[in-house]
Amino acid sequence: MRANKKAFLTSFPFLSDLVSKTSSGSGILPRPMEILLSQKDKGYDLLSNEDRIQMERKELAKRFVKAENLYDPKHLEDRPSTGSKRLSVLNQPGLSIVTDHLIDYPAPVNINYFWSFGSLAGICLGVQIATGIFLAMHYTPHIDLAFLSVEHIMRDVEGGWLLRYLHANGASMFFIMVYIHIFRGLYYASYVSPREAVWCIGVVILLLMILTAFIGYVLPWGQMSFWGATVITSLASAIPIAGDSIVTWLWGGFSVDNATLNRFFSLHYLFPFIIAGASIVHIAALHQYGSNNPLGLDASVDKMSFYPYCFVKDLVAWVSFGIFFSVFVYFAPNFLGHPDNYIPANPMSTPAHIVPEWYFLWVYAILRSIPNKLGGVAAILAVFVCLLALPWLQTSEVRSSLFRPIHKKLFWLLLADCLILGWIGMKPVETPYVEVGQIASVYFFVHFLVFTPILGRLEAKYLRNLGKA
Amino acid sequence: MAFFLWRSLRSKFTTDGVARLASCGALATTAFVGLSEDNVAVADEAEHGLHSAQYPWPHNGVFSSYDHASIRRGHQVYQQVCAACHSVALLHYRDLVGVCYTEDEVKEMAEENEVVDGPDDTGEMFDRPAKLSDPLPRPYPNEEGARYANGGAYPPDLSLITKARHDGENYVFSLLLGYRDPPAGVTVREGLYYNPYFPGGAIAMPKMLADGGVEYDDGTPATESQMAKDVTTFLAWAAEPEHDDRKLMGVKWIFVLSLVLMQAVYYKRLRFAPLKSRKIIVDAVN
Repeated sequence: MRANKKAFLTSFPFLSDLVSKTSSGSGILPRPMEILLSQKDKGYDLLSNEDRIQMERKELAKRFVKAENLYDPKHLEDRPSTGSKRLSVLNQPGLSIVTDHLIDYPAPVNINYFWSFGSLAGICLGVQIATGIFLAMHYTPHIDLAFLSVEHIMRDVEGGWLLRYLHANGASMFFIMVYIHIFRGLYYASYVSPREAVWCIGVVILLLMILTAFIGYVLPWGQMSFWGATVITSLASAIPIAGDSIVTWLWGGFSVDNATLNRFFSLHYLFPFIIAGASIVHIAALHQYGSNNPLGLDASVDKMSFYPYCFVKDLVAWVSFGIFFSVFVYFAPNFLGHPDNYIPANPMSTPAHIVPEWYFLWVYAILRSIPNKLGGVAAILAVFVCLLALPWLQTSEVRSSLFRPIHKKLFWLLLADCLILGWIGMKPVETPYVEVGQIASVYFFVHFLVFTPILGRLEAKYLRNLGKA
Repeated sequence: MAFFLWRSLRSKFTTDGVARLASCGALATTAFVGLSEDNVAVADEAEHGLHSAQYPWPHNGVFSSYDHASIRRGHQVYQQVCAACHSVALLHYRDLVGVCYTEDEVKEMAEENEVVDGPDDTGEMFDRPAKLSDPLPRPYPNEEGARYANGGAYPPDLSLITKARHDGENYVFSLLLGYRDPPAGVTVREGLYYNPYFPGGAIAMPKMLADGGVEYDDGTPATESQMAKDVTTFLAWAAEPEHDDRKLMGVKWIFVLSLVLMQAVYYKRLRFAPLKSRKIIVDAVN
């Protein structure tokens, strides 16, 4: 019987493949099986390293022979694996990347739906690029024609209104998905070692997104486009000595004008591809160590293959997102926009309130909380420096907020703080709002620069004392 | 569904206690305050104009299209009242076909106007009757002319007016019917009219609608509010001519996606069944 089993094992190369993969810690375990979590209790620490490895190998081999009992060989036919000859095309040089990262890629079994927001952000980027390319075919980047060409798209281009509403609302969707993605990272501390690079590239992507969305909002050349561009590009004048020259250089003239619109259109076409490139680096960095998981513990003991598990789970998230997106596009396409942007740009008439798009409001509130222009710009820089430094500001040895009750509360406070900042961002600079905004801005930095490093130390101290007691 | 929501909420609150509740409360308050900007803004109505009431427009609903008879009447109001000063530069005669007029009606309407075309073979511009492909005529050749004729005020183009004003249709409707005598202590400059819905309260447009001001070709009594409603519906259509198609496509698309979602949920549960039901044995002996 046993001999039969061994023959069985060797007749399916992918099984022995799995054994070797698993022993190196990165392979996929088969689905229904008994997992033996026993190494620690067996006194392996007393053995030499080589002995231990040998024992582990034997243990694993035994385990797979045991596991194989549970397989009805008929089911093996369904098994999607590179080892199978049926999918051998996926082993070709160009396609092995698909196999390694989209089919066989091991993901923790316990990741929840918040782990779908990365792929949702990717979908948003795809939607933006696809709709943007077609919009660019009908758009005219000229101050006299830009507004009319957008209305031409809305009225005369077949399906043009759909393209434009998808693109305009798609930007908001992209930010919603990315913000949830970021807050998921904050909650489960996905940014700590060894995933610092993933986090930092993500912050760079956020910066690029903000730039792209900002210059994209200028293109329809409505009142908010024009005045938003004027206000935000003028921020560069805060830079000492060279500020005014830099603003003139950004504008390509002495005010926001045709030259500005032309370069913004060019850059708005370029940046998404840089974002796409950065996203690939983001994913490559992620796949070096694999995803974090809700427990924040090493997940290599229990992983599932990307296909079909992550795929079917993400599919649910993607379709749900499609419905959410559609509600905006078809039934409230202008809900997230500002009515003033349907008034053609007029340099002679300033709108009563210049309000950025909703996704910039939190940064805008921090910018305005500081009465000094240079100080405001420095504060925005500091926001991104804080985000970049977060992996090193964090001192806790525990990742997930599930095991950090105080961190969990701080997380919700930070989220509330960001929402308050967003609300302040759309209010006029008047007395109750200014003070609330200043407190909220200070809290934002206190969270990252004070609470985050101190909390980890406090927790460690508490745990040490607990050990002594 | 509600049960699961309730259960998950209950488990969350009971495990985390008061602080979590408090922060959720803070979140909810923030979200509420943020969304109810309208209520907060009441404080500076003098600056931003009085907030208009919310009217039950026939096209408000998810499954509702425009009232096309109302668009047709509204076009008549526009033509007979508004068109003297306001353009709808983004509308062409062809846009009216199949929406509120037949092709023959629109052709006849277009031919009443002469437009400049050319140059012809001799290099001269010439007049010809307007065609379906021509835009609706503008009352003034340019902004300067419009301002000169209106005492310095510029009657805005109305093509996008319901999208370009906060609270679109409700604002336009309220503004048209909002003319009042200025309250005690408020003086309005010569040539301006008091209207609390207009930001600042003084508008250069006089009250234009009066009972019987228009003769509708469908015999509807042309009361002041009827005309205001019809012209607002017409302007809403002018701003969003794709509205009916958009909602219809949205209903179809969301219906199909809901079916796909059910399939996806089933497929996910099917595939995850082995993972969710596996037995993990911690074998500390062998």
